[in-house]
Amino acid sequence: MRGISKRFGATQALDGVSLEAFAGQVVALIGENGAGKSTLMKVLSGAHTPDSGSMQLLDQPFTPRGPHEARQAGVAIVYQELNLAPDLTVEDNIMLGIEQHRWGWVNRSKQRQRVRDALALLGHPDLTPQRRIGTLSMGAQQLVEIARALVADAKVVVFDEPTSSLPQQDVERLFGIIRRLQQQGLAIIYISHFLEEIREVANRYVVLRDGKPAGSGELANTSNESIVALMVGRSIDTLFPNVTHQLGEPVLCVDRVSGRIVPQNISFNVRSGEIFGLFGLVGAGRTETLRQLFGLDLQTSGTIQIRGLTTARRPSARIRAGLGFVSEDRKSEGLAQGMSIVDNLTLSRLQNYSRCGLLNLPRRAANAQRWMQQLNVKARGPHQTIGNLSGGNQQKVAIARVLHQAAEILLLDEPTRGIDVGTKAEIYRLIGHLAAEGKAILFVSSYLPELMAVCDTIGVMSRGRLLEIRSVDSWTQSEILKAAISV
Amino acid sequence: MADVETTHSTRDRLSTWLQAFGPLLALLLVTLGFAIADQVWGQGRFIELRNFRVVLVQAAPVAVAALGLTLIIISGGIDLSAGTASMLCATVLATMLNAEYSVTLAVAATLLAGSVCGLGNGLLIAILRIPPFIVTLGTMTIFLGIAKRLAGGSTVFVDRSLMPEWLSNLSSTMPPDWSSGVPRIAGGVWLAVVIALLVAIALRYSVFGRHLFAIGSNEATARLCGVNILRTKVLVYAMGGLLIGIAGVYSFSLVKMANPVEGIGRELKFIAAVVIGGGSLSGGRGSVLGTLAGAAIMGVIASGCSQLEIQNSTQDIMIGVIIIAAVTFDQFRTRRTDA
Repeated sequence: MRGISKRFGATQALDGVSLEAFAGQVVALIGENGAGKSTLMKVLSGAHTPDSGSMQLLDQPFTPRGPHEARQAGVAIVYQELNLAPDLTVEDNIMLGIEQHRWGWVNRSKQRQRVRDALALLGHPDLTPQRRIGTLSMGAQQLVEIARALVADAKVVVFDEPTSSLPQQDVERLFGIIRRLQQQGLAIIYISHFLEEIREVANRYVVLRDGKPAGSGELANTSNESIVALMVGRSIDTLFPNVTHQLGEPVLCVDRVSGRIVPQNISFNVRSGEIFGLFGLVGAGRTETLRQLFGLDLQTSGTIQIRGLTTARRPSARIRAGLGFVSEDRKSEGLAQGMSIVDNLTLSRLQNYSRCGLLNLPRRAANAQRWMQQLNVKARGPHQTIGNLSGGNQQKVAIARVLHQAAEILLLDEPTRGIDVGTKAEIYRLIGHLAAEGKAILFVSSYLPELMAVCDTIGVMSRGRLLEIRSVDSWTQSEILKAAISV
Repeated sequence: MADVETTHSTRDRLSTWLQAFGPLLALLLVTLGFAIADQVWGQGRFIELRNFRVVLVQAAPVAVAALGLTLIIISGGIDLSAGTASMLCATVLATMLNAEYSVTLAVAATLLAGSVCGLGNGLLIAILRIPPFIVTLGTMTIFLGIAKRLAGGSTVFVDRSLMPEWLSNLSSTMPPDWSSGVPRIAGGVWLAVVIALLVAIALRYSVFGRHLFAIGSNEATARLCGVNILRTKVLVYAMGGLLIGIAGVYSFSLVKMANPVEGIGRELKFIAAVVIGGGSLSGGRGSVLGTLAGAAIMGVIASGCSQLEIQNSTQDIMIGVIIIAAVTFDQFRTRRTDA
């Protein structure tokens, strides 16, 4: 790929980006969220046509008119989210769209052979093609996803942040598979922003920043620091602004709380003015803990005291008690994508504007506008639909909602996921200011550097248990990681 | 991304305008089309005031029930039992009048029957967590069965002497009386206008209304924001049921009899009015103005076709085409704003 540019409306998503992948090598495509990695891959897969630039596959000009054509030509993409039909079998999923058939009748035996070949290539001939996808574990499902990518005679395989939804042992297996594919002479593009992973699998790297090429080279002679500097384009100090804040009395007391599966018997206190970080791998039970605190999931035992009170296990009661929850999943839970900013922002506290059940709409809009200014939400106005905003601005609206509902204790689940670096810095500063105002913040994240930089206290969860809580100064990054992967 | 959000504001405004007034525009076009066609090929009666009265009187019951469905559809639900429920209500009314209960009591029982039907739907949907489509598919035939049993397996005729004047005048198509300055249109039309206003106010200005949109738009978000989803859902089906019950009173007053079987398939007419008016079956979108326009469009087509002596079959096809065209247009519009 050479000099690829792509523009969406006023946004220059890609600007003169080049990428070379060689047979038998793994090239890592690195960049923050929104740097243009996914767009570049969509160009490669034919989902987008580039405005300028050219692509070559095996020395032939390559201009796919759609994902199907790209797949036929040998470009296979393993997406971040699994795209499988849960009710179909392994075989049907792998062959979906490229079924072996004669006059519309599926040729089962021929098809099964190709599926077996693909699974064998992955080193997993043990996976039964007749199993239904829904009955498989996440790791096994990803195997199927990869097999689907390979079955169409792939020359280039793209892995788009493949580890984000995998438990640790499956990550190891995935790396094994990638090395295997590499030995078979395939060219592999590996997209991630976890440098540790990249060092483990990749030979070369290309860094993107704001849609522009920021640098590339051999991994062997580049330090982590210089890659981070290329990614962020600024020093860490400005990314994590330091706001001084004072710790007060405990406001959230969690005592031996368990849910149906996770969490298991966890206890901790959060004080006013404290930023309490909760670290753990995916599936450790952090989100479930927050959901339980907020009355969304079933709590089987233990007590939760919010500012000295126990309340009914309902989100509405928890909101009244002073809790505010920002969901990790903006799209399907956190925000109503089809509704306006003002509707989303005020939904959790409409009582303020209602008299005899009727709402004062102008006052509501004016208030929303005020919060939008305060949090620097970039939008045309309070009546713009949420779905049209960028991830960062959506996140600001989600945070503005809990501030609008006058929450004293903020439960933030991955608040910086999927947003650009500039907005991240704004959110870190905001969190600091909120703590300085005396609010308590429970900050869940999978990104350790931000927790280390922002939090006062960090607790580490693993398999539903809260293993250890220490003040941030007495943790080291490797100690936290070690605790998180312990059983 | 920031730049994208600050541009295209004219286009954005146009799109909002189209969403609000698109169905009215469509109504105007359909009416105009028939008026011209009638002038050219017909007898020129379509455009007469008298004819509009007929259209209004016939569209009013559809509009009232469709308003109930608008609420339900905005909340992301559906009510397939609306047709048979409205005829069940009409049957209740007819039977009670025949049994010489007082009219007030009979009408009150009818509205209660409608609300109870809706309440039943709401409770089953909210508590058993069965999809609304399935629940109301079931209650659709349950209501039909109850109505048939009540009617004794046939049509319930009511003697004129047992009907008060206001009830028969609710859907009267008598010629307009200009004596008081304003044209006297059947009471039912005015009642429909008042109901529409109330529903519109509730949707726009009430907490309940905002909660309906929130649940329909994203139920998880609504839950997260402390909206009592169970209560809101039960309430919306009960309110929808009340409006469907009122529509039952209308349909009884129009034909002065009640035949339970007439209700079969009627719900699709109500749903069509909502959809033509810009309501989304996946929830979160719908408007009173749109639904009224949708009901009126169907009324105009029915009237226009009969004036032009177009076959009933053609009329069905036209309504079908308009439903698909309305949704296509709507999707085209939303897709452009999303891009």
